[in-house]
Amino acid sequence: MNLLPEAASGFAGKVDNIFWFVTVISLVFFILVSSFLIYFAIRYRRRRENEETPYITGSHILEALWTVIPSILLIVIFAYGFLAFREIRTPPSNTLEINVTGRQWLWQFKYNNGKTTVNELYVPEGKPIRLIMKSEDVNHGFYVPAFRVKQDLMASMYTQLWFKATKVGTYDLFCTQYCGTGHSAMLGKIIVMAPQEYEKWEKGEQKEKVAGVSPAEQGKQLYTQRGCNACHSIDGARIVGPTWKGLWGKEEVMQDGQKVTVDENYVRESILEPQAKIVNGYPPVMPSFKGVVSDEDISAIIAYMKTLK
Amino acid sequence: MEEMAEHAHAHHVDPVVEYQSSKFGMWLFIATELLLFGGLFTAYTIYRAKYPEMFHEQHLELNKPIGAINTVILICSSLTMALGVASIKRGKQELLRLFLSLTILFGIMFLINKYFEWGHEFRDGNYPGTSIFFSLYFMMTGLHMIHVIVGLLVLAVMLAWSFTGRFSDKYNTPIELGGIYWHLVDLIWIYLFPLLYLIG
Amino acid sequence: MANHTLAEAIQIPYLEEKGLISWITSTDHKRISILYLLSISTFFVVGGIAALLVRLELLTPGKTIVDAHTYNTLFTFHGTVMVFLFIVPGIAASFGNFLIPLMIGARDVAFPRLNLLSWYLYIAGAIIIVASLLQPADTGWTFYTPYSIRTGTDVILLTFGIFVAGFSSILTGLNFIVTIQKLRAPGMTWHRLPLFIWASYATAILQVLATPVIGISLLLLIAERVFGIGFFDPAKGGDPVLFQHFFWFYSHPAVYIMILPAMGIISEVIPVFSRKPIFGYKAMAYSLLAIAFISFLVWAHHMFTNGISQLAAMIFSFLTFLVAIPTAIKVFNWTATMYRGSIDLKSPMLYALSFIFLFAIGGLTGVFLAALAVDVHIHDTYFVVAHMHYVMIGGTVMGFLAALHFWYPKMTGKMFNEKVAKVAWAFIFIGFNVTFFPQFILGTEGMPRRYYDYLPKYQPLHELSTIGSWILAIGLFLMAINLIRGLLNGEKAPENPYGSLSLEWQVPSPPPHENFEEIPTVTDWTYGYGKKQ
Repeated sequence: MNLLPEAASGFAGKVDNIFWFVTVISLVFFILVSSFLIYFAIRYRRRRENEETPYITGSHILEALWTVIPSILLIVIFAYGFLAFREIRTPPSNTLEINVTGRQWLWQFKYNNGKTTVNELYVPEGKPIRLIMKSEDVNHGFYVPAFRVKQDLMASMYTQLWFKATKVGTYDLFCTQYCGTGHSAMLGKIIVMAPQEYEKWEKGEQKEKVAGVSPAEQGKQLYTQRGCNACHSIDGARIVGPTWKGLWGKEEVMQDGQKVTVDENYVRESILEPQAKIVNGYPPVMPSFKGVVSDEDISAIIAYMKTLK
Repeated sequence: MEEMAEHAHAHHVDPVVEYQSSKFGMWLFIATELLLFGGLFTAYTIYRAKYPEMFHEQHLELNKPIGAINTVILICSSLTMALGVASIKRGKQELLRLFLSLTILFGIMFLINKYFEWGHEFRDGNYPGTSIFFSLYFMMTGLHMIHVIVGLLVLAVMLAWSFTGRFSDKYNTPIELGGIYWHLVDLIWIYLFPLLYLIG
Repeated sequence: MANHTLAEAIQIPYLEEKGLISWITSTDHKRISILYLLSISTFFVVGGIAALLVRLELLTPGKTIVDAHTYNTLFTFHGTVMVFLFIVPGIAASFGNFLIPLMIGARDVAFPRLNLLSWYLYIAGAIIIVASLLQPADTGWTFYTPYSIRTGTDVILLTFGIFVAGFSSILTGLNFIVTIQKLRAPGMTWHRLPLFIWASYATAILQVLATPVIGISLLLLIAERVFGIGFFDPAKGGDPVLFQHFFWFYSHPAVYIMILPAMGIISEVIPVFSRKPIFGYKAMAYSLLAIAFISFLVWAHHMFTNGISQLAAMIFSFLTFLVAIPTAIKVFNWTATMYRGSIDLKSPMLYALSFIFLFAIGGLTGVFLAALAVDVHIHDTYFVVAHMHYVMIGGTVMGFLAALHFWYPKMTGKMFNEKVAKVAWAFIFIGFNVTFFPQFILGTEGMPRRYYDYLPKYQPLHELSTIGSWILAIGLFLMAINLIRGLLNGEKAPENPYGSLSLEWQVPSPPPHENFEEIPTVTDWTYGYGKKQ
């Protein structure tokens, strides 16, 4: 395991340089102090009970030395850290904007072309991206370790962050401000594509690589990709919503007493209009996935649910 | 000196040091109260800057006359409290009892006014939670009111003790400390009143 | 105890009177300190069990022993109990209460009955906090809004318990300030005071000035849940970042309430076990005050990614670097104290040296966090968890254990087994580092904190950390057993087994009520080791 993740953004290298700079200075001082402690403890260990010791109360020179030198180093580290921070926090003028909505417990991304994705952020390599972010409920935090970038989402105001991805690849996205039961399940991926690939994706030509996969298998992938796993378990445990284990074909009782069998239509309605029917004993907190999941996706999810006995 | 020595605590400390320590301790406690209310005054400042129209519109719904009367009542109560302290420092036991009783009476009048004032607000549909302005209003005057009640309880205990001859010109520290606390309660109101009722 | 004359009281060792009632109604600062010592140790164990459960859950990704919601309540409870029932009262309430009057040559604190009331308030707060376990809160000990407003768990009882315990802290601080200022023995000038007294004084100022702010913050949070007042609720036009400002305005000075007394302890232990005066006494004394003062100015360094402006971030980062300077000076001065000394590596000294070693790591990693660009990467990750535990355990707990072992003979009148103490120390030192050092790496690699579940790539380091927690627990258990055995059948302690010059060592072990037959007149400072008469 390395100490730091791969550096995949324009300013990641700068951040890492500061990190290593502070590490070196810290190691120097730490080794210095520890060495003296250990050396003194051994060299001056008590040999006789009443041995004499010198009455040394201090030294102005030493005090000055070890006040001034650390102060200078600290100011340097401060300046270094602040200047890089300015760059991290000040987006250039030619950014591509993407809107981010955080909610318990998934990420929703809206692009300029009207597309919406859940938990997967698609960006082109080499172009500055600006994320305009807001929470729909509690505080969340948008964190991409590989980019060395982080900013909280609040419901009371828009926050922003910017980055320029420098390497094609897929990177972890974590929620980093504690937001309740599904906090650690609020995972995502940043998918950085080469500019031509990105253009194709924007125009809708990019098909997600699911050729040759059965609907049930596709549904299994969608279960985590679309964030269903944040609230619905597949092992019988209750997270927020009903577990999918054994759910297919079950007769559920709704809040208003209505009895409904879990079939294709009910699942489709729950995904697109979740507030229409609430199962008794569960909170009415499921967001709608209209515009976020396609009909093909819904069919795949249904196929997957059928396998969860 | 004997009365002083009687009241010096069981750990055998010089009475003069005990008196100075008690006063110092009281002022430290006052500092903590200022910080407690300071949080509310900070919230007031921030939200006033953020929502000036809300403050302007909604403060007009407050009852200025009652607020003003209550301010006068508290100032009078501070006066009687100060007179009480001065009296016992001259050894005047009956005057102490008189002024303590008057102070308590003024405090009760303040609370009665508050009862009617808040009742009126509730009937108008203004509760804590109605808006940030009314939340501030109720939290600030509410916390203040709790301090008034506690103060009155303390003064009542002082009054009861004053009937046992416990206080004299030689020993009156609790009265003096109670006075300092009561003046703080008054002072906080003197800031609350204009900020909530007057400034548009 | 109430009605003895001075002559009678001075003959009675403070431990002598038996019976629960005599203990819980005593106004003797030494008895109150033992009450605190037992209470905070109990809650240390309670908080520690919660921690072991947290680490056990983190042994594997996904569910190991509990579900996500239970895990969230566990780390909330761990944080709250450890912060408010163990480490904030911590050294001040236990050792401060025992030592301050003795070290300054007084018979007791300025307000003994207030002292007892402080302990009652602590217990009342603790009971309320435990009562919240019926519906344990899942907000984290930081209670950020709006989640803390929305969650259906019992936030009100938990925060009200903290509010009540906060009064204990305020009144203790008030008591100590007045005591140190007013009750010093003749000749005990400020510049002759032991550094533990300076540290206690600085801590007490923080307790008095900072604690009311958490008081009002929690009160307002309760009002949010009960009345919906809206100050911190975005749905009502309120500002969640304002809550964070309120919260951290106290909680940053609070971490200095946690560490300053421990620093005072180290300044007492190192000179005794080196037989040398503390190096640079004035710098050591004033640096305590400087740290206390600057601690009020840095709170928003907990909020660099939470929505504050670039300018605010710059200012708070700069001020945070400032507080590192007096802190660094202390580390150098402690080390220099040992130069040409007569070093005795008894268990108190081992703990004190561990403090310097581990607190240096904790403090240096604070520099990483203060550097803005780096903080963006490591904020809210395990790096912060590691940093805070290095300063709190590597710092405060090591100081606490140093104090426990150093003053044990004075407080109990008995000696413990020194060999076993050293073995326990080794387990604690190793276990602590194995638990928390890997967490720095987890953090720089991006592992966020407060995570129930984690990506498989993080598992090896989590496993290592959990194993470390078991080693640490064994060490603490061994240490406790050793000290309890000492109480039951340890040797009788002499008046001054370690040759200290401080006033508390010039009275019997254990000391009597009222401490001194005659209040001493002080003619020199307490660090006269090696001074030619």
